[in-house]
This record gives sequence, C-alpha cells and structure tokens, in this order.
Amino acid sequence: MTRFIDLTLNGISTGAVYAAVALALVLIWRATRIVNFAQGGMLMVTTFIASSVIGSSGSYWLGFVVALASGLVLGALVELTLIRRVEGGPPLNAVIVALGLLILLEAGAGMIWGNTPKSFPPAFSIRGYEVGGTRLLFSPNDTFTVLVVIAVAAGLAALFRYTALGLKMRAAALAPEVARMLGVRVGRMFTLGWALAAFVGSLAGLLVAPSVFVGPNQFDPILVFGFTAAVLGGLDSPPGAVVGGLILGLVLSYVSGYEGSSLVTLAALVVLVAVLMIRPGGLFSTSKERRV
Amino acid sequence: MSAPADMGAHSGADSASSFARLARGTMARSLGLVLLGGVVLFLASEALDSYNDLQLASGAYYFVALAGLTVLTGLSGQISLGHGALMAVGAYTVALLVGNEQWALVPALAAAVVVSSLVGIAVGAAASRLRGPYLAGATLAFAIGLPALAEEYPGTFGGANGLVIEPPTPPSWLGASFPLERWEAWIAGAGALVVVFLMSNLAHSGVGRSFRAVRDDEIAASLCGLHVGRVQTLAFVVSAACAGLGGGLLAVVLQLAAPGAFELGLSLALLTAIVLGGLGSLLGAIWGAAVLVLLPGWTNDLAHSFSLSTKVSANLPLAIYGFVLIVGILIWPTGIQGALRRIMGLVRRSPQGGSRELDKHSTSGSGGAST
Repeated sequence: MTRFIDLTLNGISTGAVYAAVALALVLIWRATRIVNFAQGGMLMVTTFIASSVIGSSGSYWLGFVVALASGLVLGALVELTLIRRVEGGPPLNAVIVALGLLILLEAGAGMIWGNTPKSFPPAFSIRGYEVGGTRLLFSPNDTFTVLVVIAVAAGLAALFRYTALGLKMRAAALAPEVARMLGVRVGRMFTLGWALAAFVGSLAGLLVAPSVFVGPNQFDPILVFGFTAAVLGGLDSPPGAVVGGLILGLVLSYVSGYEGSSLVTLAALVVLVAVLMIRPGGLFSTSKERRV
Repeated sequence: MSAPADMGAHSGADSASSFARLARGTMARSLGLVLLGGVVLFLASEALDSYNDLQLASGAYYFVALAGLTVLTGLSGQISLGHGALMAVGAYTVALLVGNEQWALVPALAAAVVVSSLVGIAVGAAASRLRGPYLAGATLAFAIGLPALAEEYPGTFGGANGLVIEPPTPPSWLGASFPLERWEAWIAGAGALVVVFLMSNLAHSGVGRSFRAVRDDEIAASLCGLHVGRVQTLAFVVSAACAGLGGGLLAVVLQLAAPGAFELGLSLALLTAIVLGGLGSLLGAIWGAAVLVLLPGWTNDLAHSFSLSTKVSANLPLAIYGFVLIVGILIWPTGIQGALRRIMGLVRRSPQGGSRELDKHSTSGSGGAST
C-alpha cells in the first residue's frame, strides 16, 4: 500500500512537469498552429543559464528568476527571427525549422557548457515527508513543483478568460484577419504567445532539472512525454494539457514501479493509442467537425 | 531528367485509350529510369574506394526508406515520426532470419517487407483516424515505444547489443578480391532500383491518384467513391514496406540490428531529409539520402580541420546540421528538388503541375485539416 501511495505521489509530481511542458506546447499550438519541437532545447538553454547564475551568485532564486526572464526573451526572439518566416506556410516546414533549432540549441549548449550532465539544486529539500514512521517518496520540493504548476495553469486560464489581453490573444489565434481589422496587433500576440510558452517551458526545466540533471540532451524525454501529454489532452486545451500530463505521469509511474522502467515508453504508446482511438482529437477536443 | 521521377506531375488522361498509352509510357519510363540508375550505380561503385562504396550502400538503404516516406507524406498527406521504428522491424526480421534461421538474403529481405507491411497495416489503420499533430504524436510514441521491445526481450532480440549477422559473401564468379563493400553497395543499390521502379509506377497509377485525391480533399475523394480510411491505410502499408526493406538492407550493410540505430533521432532525420530533399518526388528522396549520408562526414572533416577545443569540435557537426535544416527550409521552402526545378526553369505554372502548389497541398494534411 505504501508503494502504491509512493508511486501515486511520484506520478503526480512528474505528471506536473509533463503538464507544464504540455502547457507550453499548447500555448504555441493555439497561437500559431505549430508543434514546437524546439521547446526541449529552449528550456534546456534557460536551465543552463539558471545553473550558471546559481553557480556564480550562489542564490537559487536569482537563477530561478533569470531563467524565467530569459525564457520570455528567448521565446519572443525565436518567434520574431525564425517562426515568423514559416508561419502560415506548409506545417511540415515549421516542424523542420523547429527540429533544426532544437539541434542547433543542443549543439550550442554543448559548445558552451559541455556535454557532461551537471547536477542542479532543488528549490526546497528533497527529503521525503515522514508519515507515521515511514518516509514517503514526496518531498517539500515535489509540493513546490505541483503548486507552481497549478498556479501557472490557473494563471493562464485567468489570463485567457478574464483579461482583455487574453481575449486579444484568442482572437488573433482563432481569426487573425478579423482580429487585425478590429485593431489587434496579431503579430505581437503571436510573439507574446511564444514568449509565454517559453516562460512556462523554462519553469518546467527548472522544476525537473534536479532529478534529470542539466545537459544538452537531458530534457529530450521530457519533451517527448510533454508532447504525448499535450496530444493526450487535446492540443487546443490548456486544461487538457494538465490532465494529460497527470494521467501520463501516473501511468508511467505505476508501470515503471510495478513492471520495470524499460516498458515506460511502450506504456506511453499504449495509453496514447487507446485514448486517440476513442477520441481522435484528444480527451478535451471541442470541435467535432473538420473544416473542408 | 527530373520530370519522369516527379510523382506530383498529373497527367490528363481522360479517355481509356490515352490512359493505356500513358500506362505503357509510365512503365517504359520507369524501366528506363531503373536501367539508367543501374548503370550509374554500377559505374559509381566500380570507381569508388571501399569507404565510399559503403557510403553508397548507406545512401541506397536510406533512399529506400525515404522513398516510402515521401509516398506517405508527399502523396497521401500523412505525417509519420515513426518510420525509424518500421526500419527496425525490417532490420530485426532480416537479422533473425539470416542469423538464426540461415535464410538466404533475398527471401529474408522479402520477409522483412512482409512483416513490416503487417505492422504497417496495424499502424496505418490507427493512423487513418488521426490528423496532423495527433498523428505526429501517435507515430512519435510508436518510434520511442517499439525499440523498447528489443530490451524487454533480450533473449530474442539481443537486448541493447542487438543481433549480429554474418557479412554477405560476394559470389565466387566476381573473383576472390572483390571488395565486400562493393557487394553491399550492389545489394542495397538493387533494392533501391526495385523501389524506384515500383514507386515511380505507383505514383502514376490509379492508386497514386487516389492517394493524391485523399491528400487534397478528403470529402471530395469520398464523394468520388474512394474509401478515405482504406486509401490512407494502403499508403501507410506501402510506405511501411519500403521502410522495412530499407531497414533490412541496413542490417545487411551494417551486419547489425541494434536498438541504438533506431532511436527517435533516425525517425526525425528521415522526416527532415524528405522535406529538405523535396517532398513528394523520388529525386527529392535521393537528395535527402545524400544529405543524410554525406553531411555528417563533411561536417566532421570541417570540425577537425580547425584547431578547436574538444567541446566545440565535438558539437560543431551537429550545429551545422541544425543550421543547414533551418536555412535550407527558409531559402528553399520546396526543398532542394523544388529549388533545382525552379532554377532549371522546368516549373510550368499550371494549376496542377507547380511544385509550390504540390508542396502546399501535400502538407495540408499535417496540420491544416485539424484546425
């Protein structure tokens, strides 16, 4: 029973990270209809920046803030310099540009920081809570991870639902021409969408780095599972991203705990195919009809 | 030269008689292509040293897989991030049959095609329900999930070390000193020629036309009596068969089938190669294969020709690859083949023939349809 609770708690905290990455992918998909395969590279770079800042200043929270800020800047920069040129073109071209950027960022990070993964400090203690004499696989740092992801998801939901800016962003994504006629700076909304996504992504990087370490390729599985979670939930739906992340986190945790870690990727495939066969647009897909 | 292999070129065959003439023409043209390709491959393999013969062989098996993928993505408009896993199916089939059962090479390769086609039926049936990024996600999960089986059943698949097979022996009439690499290049090249013949015919046949019809407008295609899901599944099966043959040839050339060779990176490299080469054309697949084979060597040489720190020189080839992908797509949105065709002034801006038009339509299935 303890094992089950441990695996559940572990699933929730890893699921929260997948949810954050999925949220970042959903934000970009909603804004520009592009699956951002470079997300893993972008959050890797910001986490390396955090690592350098923490190393030289000694302050975790300074590194944390700098990483989030650099996420915002990097996201906007990528949209303005690269993505703007492939937006509205063949979707595959955008995919290839994103893949190219992922490779370029990973190679660049290897040149600057080296290819050997480095440890990364957690925000809070990673010693599990003690309940009735047994130590749980859930630490104050895991609590922080879950709470931060909930806060970000709620913040994004509030932004899109209750603010004028959120309304403009939705309008720019859903009906760019109409939005432009009504005075929305559509291009700026796209840039903002990418910046926000990279912000959320860099947060995911900071949260997961203590357990996977920081290295050019350390975040590849996070990107793959984050994408799987986003597809599971439905790429148009932020709540779907969170639910998808949690489902995936829990399933993978149970499978790796009870059956062994080599089956994890296979389990992800089974879950994804099972869900997509019933709901081809993900769990939270809204529109049934396809446009001609 | 580029026109015969252009699978996007439509031919306005309205009456039955002109269709028959066209079919004969297509068949003759494909045979001509194969003969020409055979002569070029033969001369090239004779002229090259053994290292370059090995590269020629690698290019040939990549081409086989890429030709399948370009049929899937370019003709039927489906995206696959999982073709590396289908290559693994072919490679392991050949390794098991040749290594454990002592099958001859050709039947083993045929079996690889059959087995990967069967897997392709399953994947394709699931894929035909999915669109755009959801298809990308599902095939991505397939690409990372399948190689895990090799590690789960080490008794059968050899675990992380994979399965080693004996190198193919050149027949004795070629002489005792005939280099193994040249023989491998011939084997892989023969596979590539078979694929050229079949795919070139397929693209110009009614089946190819039904692929394009489904790609361009699913509703119109079903109004014309096509079963959209079945057509898409068939495209996936054709493409999986090619991937399986490519994987089988890879196992023969490398004499190894190991999970490390079929990681997600391979699937992504295949996708980038067909887009960079030029989507929907066999020549594009050739350019894509050339990029996959030649670029790593060139960038490695380049990285080591300067005196750089190991950190930089170890990562420079990868950086150049990423840079080439980004810049290549930005300056040639229709790939190398599209750019060449424009340069050679072969683009006729007819509503059906333009390469830009083809590309736009060919990718509409991978995102636009799901909005």
